[in-house]
Amino acid sequence: MSPMRVQWVAFQTIVTKEIRRFMRIWQQTLLPPAITMTLYFIIFGNLIGSRIGEMGGVDYMAYIVPGLIMMSVITNAYGNVSSSFFSNKFQRSIEEMMVAPVYPVTILLGFVAGGVARGVATGVIVTMLSLYFTDLQVHHVGVMVGVVLLSAILFSLGGFINAVFATKFDDIAIVPTFIITPLTYLGGVFYSISLLPDFWQDVSKLNPILYMVNTFRYGVLGVTDINVYVAFGMLVLFILILGSYSIWLLRRGTGMRQ
Amino acid sequence: MVAALAVENLSKVYGNGFEALKGITLEVAKGDFFALLGPNGAGKSTTLGIVSGLVQKSSGSAYVMGHDVNGDAFQARRSLGVVPQEFNFNQFEKVYDIVVTQAGYFGLKPSEARANAEELLKALDLWEKRDTPSRMLSGGMKRRLMIARALVHKPDVLILDEPTAGVDIELRRSMWEFMEDLNKKGTTIILTTHYLEEAEQLCRNIAIINKGEIVQCTSKRELLSQLTTETFVFDLCESLPEGFSLEGFEFSSPADETLEVTVEKGQSINRIFTMLTEKGLEVRSMRTKSNRLEELFVNLVRESNS
Repeated sequence: MSPMRVQWVAFQTIVTKEIRRFMRIWQQTLLPPAITMTLYFIIFGNLIGSRIGEMGGVDYMAYIVPGLIMMSVITNAYGNVSSSFFSNKFQRSIEEMMVAPVYPVTILLGFVAGGVARGVATGVIVTMLSLYFTDLQVHHVGVMVGVVLLSAILFSLGGFINAVFATKFDDIAIVPTFIITPLTYLGGVFYSISLLPDFWQDVSKLNPILYMVNTFRYGVLGVTDINVYVAFGMLVLFILILGSYSIWLLRRGTGMRQ
Repeated sequence: MVAALAVENLSKVYGNGFEALKGITLEVAKGDFFALLGPNGAGKSTTLGIVSGLVQKSSGSAYVMGHDVNGDAFQARRSLGVVPQEFNFNQFEKVYDIVVTQAGYFGLKPSEARANAEELLKALDLWEKRDTPSRMLSGGMKRRLMIARALVHKPDVLILDEPTAGVDIELRRSMWEFMEDLNKKGTTIILTTHYLEEAEQLCRNIAIINKGEIVQCTSKRELLSQLTTETFVFDLCESLPEGFSLEGFEFSSPADETLEVTVEKGQSINRIFTMLTEKGLEVRSMRTKSNRLEELFVNLVRESNS
């Protein structure tokens, strides 16, 4: 059997295992974002949003929906890979792959695909829920799908690196709690950065999540605070950097091989 | 002929400076049933860890079926099945899924993976438990699950790192039969164990490792021929009389009606029976005090330590 054939089957196996994992524990993986986002829609969209009126030329509820969808995609893609890979390390079941003829890049692609699958699944659930609260008219499908996939890939890679270095379960909660969540809230999910003073607008532009949220918002509403091409360029660049670093870590066996 | 496993000047120094392997050289022939024995911390698991890709070597080389475990890891790993010392499967996965998933990592088609998994789970009496989450299995079942998982891609070489640890005697014997049968069918087996009767029963060649160095590497027959003395325990029907003696033999009586006699190589046990009969002592039963290999192992390790 050719090495490529083996890698393809191994990739499918890892993806299937990853999807089976998050589907098996759907109460912990798919249900919580659905509940949280519904609360956001009710409180920020309906109750507070009705007093705000419009933002960026659209109804406030419609304005926050793309941000909330992206927020769920990002956090779930990250969380899936970080928890799954760390759990594999913790239970030492990662050794099942290490003793097999699976290339590091195959392992990485498998876990990332699993993260993307959960990110997209959650995004679809949140999108369906949002339709109960507002009408969504897609402005640019390609941009929308492209930014969702690239963001999910990028944050899956982030979750992977986090899991490689994590030595206890607390370590995989630190980055989401202290970095991703603040950056997401400050990334224009609930507001347009045009409302901020110039200085804070410039500071906000250093936040990568701003680019993802606004690009997705552009795909849905046609409204954005940033240059969409720059956003795509940044996403691809960061994916290449984090992807290469992840493969290097896997080859070295960091956190896995003694 | 290409060896199933060849290790040359293999050394490993861990991050804390501990030198687990000091340039060992070892060869296991195809089709062999080979034991790698040694006390705790001797370097057995480190050696097997390097061979299976779980431990990074410091220097030297290792080959599985002629494939360098680092330079040609793909082919080396395809030839190898590993049963580690500690349970290392996902505790939440079902038994069947664990085995089929492992087959997938080796590139087996789903139909082939399912067929192999069924065959192995049935052979290892786990088929009835196929839908049970692995954490619900008993210790012995978990060990057998790891064997099934390691064999699902039908490897040429199987590494068993203490496969029967914590397994009851009946199950251990059935696992021995399974391993013997597997070896007869052509699979090279490399075994580490603390049960030396297991190694004596199953293996043809034995290496003894201590403090990261190979103390002995030879056939079981040759190794056992090095044994210069053997101690036999006689259970007697009555207590030994006052002033009992056994000319030409070293003996002791650790308890009433028990006689321990050390027999040197070349001495006949018949003489002991003759003398006991002459003294009117009847023997109820007789056994060796310890396993022959165990005695040798203890001696060799003691010598190596000193």
